[in-house]
Amino acid sequence: MAVLVFLDHESGIIRQASRSAVTAARALGEVHALVTGDASVAEAAARIDGVAKVLRAAGAAAAHELAEPLAAVIADLAPAYTHIVAASGASGKNVLPRAAALLDVQPIPDVVSIVDADNFVRPIYAGSALATVRSSDAKKVLTVRASSFDPAPAEGGAAPIEQVTVPDGPALSAFVSIALSQSERPELESARVIVSGGRGMQNEENFKLLNPLADRLGAAIGASRAAVDAGFVPNDYQVGQTGKIVAPELYIAVGISGAIQHLAGMKDSKIIVAINKDPEAPIFQVADYGLVGDLFDILPQVEAALDKAG
Amino acid sequence: MKVLVPVKRVIDFNIKPRVKADGTGVETAGVKMSMNPFDEIAVEEAVRLKEKGIATEVVAVSVGVQQAQDTLRTAMAMGADRAILVLTDVAVEPLGVAKILRALVAKESPDLVLLGKQAIDDDMNATGQMLAGLLGWAQGTFASRIEIADGKATVTREIDGGLETLTLTLPAIVTADLRLNEPRYASLPNIMKARKKPLETIAPADLGVDVTPRLTIVSVAEPPARQQGITVESAADLVARLRNEAKVI
Ligand SMILES: Cc1cc2nc3c(=O)[nH]c(=O)nc-3n(C[C@@H](O)[C@H](O)[C@H](O)COP(=O)(O)OP(=O)(O)OC[C@H]3O[C@@H](n4cnc5c(N)ncnc54)[C@H](O)[C@@H]3O)c2cc1C
Ligand SMILES: Cc1cc2nc3c(=O)[nH]c(=O)nc-3n(C[C@H](O)[C@H](O)[C@H](O)COP(=O)(O)OP(=O)(O)OC[C@H]3O[C@@H](n4cnc5c(N)ncnc54)[C@H](O)[C@@H]3O)c2cc1C
Repeated sequence: MAVLVFLDHESGIIRQASRSAVTAARALGEVHALVTGDASVAEAAARIDGVAKVLRAAGAAAAHELAEPLAAVIADLAPAYTHIVAASGASGKNVLPRAAALLDVQPIPDVVSIVDADNFVRPIYAGSALATVRSSDAKKVLTVRASSFDPAPAEGGAAPIEQVTVPDGPALSAFVSIALSQSERPELESARVIVSGGRGMQNEENFKLLNPLADRLGAAIGASRAAVDAGFVPNDYQVGQTGKIVAPELYIAVGISGAIQHLAGMKDSKIIVAINKDPEAPIFQVADYGLVGDLFDILPQVEAALDKAG
Repeated sequence: MKVLVPVKRVIDFNIKPRVKADGTGVETAGVKMSMNPFDEIAVEEAVRLKEKGIATEVVAVSVGVQQAQDTLRTAMAMGADRAILVLTDVAVEPLGVAKILRALVAKESPDLVLLGKQAIDDDMNATGQMLAGLLGWAQGTFASRIEIADGKATVTREIDGGLETLTLTLPAIVTADLRLNEPRYASLPNIMKARKKPLETIAPADLGVDVTPRLTIVSVAEPPARQQGITVESAADLVARLRNEAKVI
């Protein structure tokens, strides 16, 4: 039997995290992809390397990836599959547990490693421990961490596309509006370099001082919860246990103390740099390179050093 | 309108959990326990709905050991009217908790169930969505704003790219994200008053729910430690090392 992977998209573009879910799912069997939205989304899914078939749930009920109709579609399709997989982003986490409940299955969220068809590794307690769990459910429902699996190439496949119908049901929820943060920068979850700011940035105006550094490095910009709560930046910048989980090549933490909830979101980064005036800040315990001092002095110096190095 | 708020007793967020030496789990003996922070936010929202005259009664529920009574007393000190403890010594998974809550919903007939988006111990982020699926109710997860009017809830949700707004037909399930509100501290008089509020204890079997876990913990291990880093003396030194040593820029 095959594996069903739900691919979520934003403004018609399939998220890179969903291509990581394809890679994870290939370890378990032939991959069939479920998508919503325009025909162009299904066509993009069909081109992903490793996708053997695309199932497109079209129509108003499936638009906006609403949980109620989508979970019903997944439950309908489930008998043909051993595993149902999605990336552990906001959409997968919204839809898959609901589908699992319809199937009387306990979902396995945030998988970082697939041992075999029944055994999975997932972090608990903000990543303070890694639990290996074995599922006794006949069917497995899992979300996987994009940072732990390479994305499947966007091109290379030529899968057939089939339409699937959304089961009839009362319209329980309705889409009203969406406000996406506008940014020319790479997405946090797929960025090679991330520059993140914390409460130490002091205010919204000063937070923008991270832009010139991010520009030079082609980096995405992230933030601690304290910076988001204080309104320096929007919610989708938050990195951590309850924000985004990232693992870039380079993570630069500026004015962030390094609470475990923040570390949970970035401690698997390849190289971590910390800039902080407090030499005792816990962020230095995970940093490969620490620079102790006032960030407002250090930031321009780093930019100048980068310009000099060319 | 009646609001049901499930609250979980977890290791306090300020404590760094330690893996047990035998690899069977995380040490909880003698460790400070508190209400899951997301559930404090859910309680606060429910109490505010009552203060605005929208909710008429707020009922807190916990599934867990005897000491989860303390968590329920905290919820009542914050303003919940009464509490139900579903007493069990086994660690119940979200599927089991959702089944227990479904049975309580049948008894209590709330119009809204307000949960935390995730418990900070097991980080499953699943219970609310599962309860919504079992009941066939609308769901609004990761809420940063809730408005109730004319039999509908308008919910703004924190999603990967920003914010999304949905309307839900009541009864519905909403799960609270961090920025929904800032929970209050219970005042001493309210803590005293909470001691006299009704707290009912029942067993999962009374509700006819089987909570046998589907997941077995095979092992629990510390994540691999990062190598000890170094302190660099200057921005120029940092840039040189990132380029020549780490080769990441
Ligand atoms: C080391 C370890 C070992 C474990 N061993 C086992 C085991 O052997 N068997 C087993 O079955 N489970 C085991 N568990 C899992 C169990 O402890 C978790 O409570 C369960 O998986 C629930 O997940 P969650 O709390 O992350 O739910 P989430 O879905 O993240 O919780 C979301 C929301 O649901 C509500 N909620 C969740 N739980 C409750 C509750 N109990 N009472 C009231 N409201 C609640 C709250 O509003 C909460 O904010 C283990 C967990 C750990 C960490
Ligand atoms: C349920 C729950 C979930 C949470 N989830 C998350 C999450 O997902 N992500 C997250 O990040 N947090 C999360 N938190 C919050 C977390 O516990 C910390 O409060 C938060 O990460 C602190 O942010 P910070 O490091 O920016 O602020 P602070 O801890 O205040 O640190 C600011 C740092 O800036 C330094 N600094 C100040 N001025 C300067 C200067 N001029 N130059 C250099 N350094 C300076 C200070 O030395 C300090 O170390 C969560 C908390 C809870 C309870």
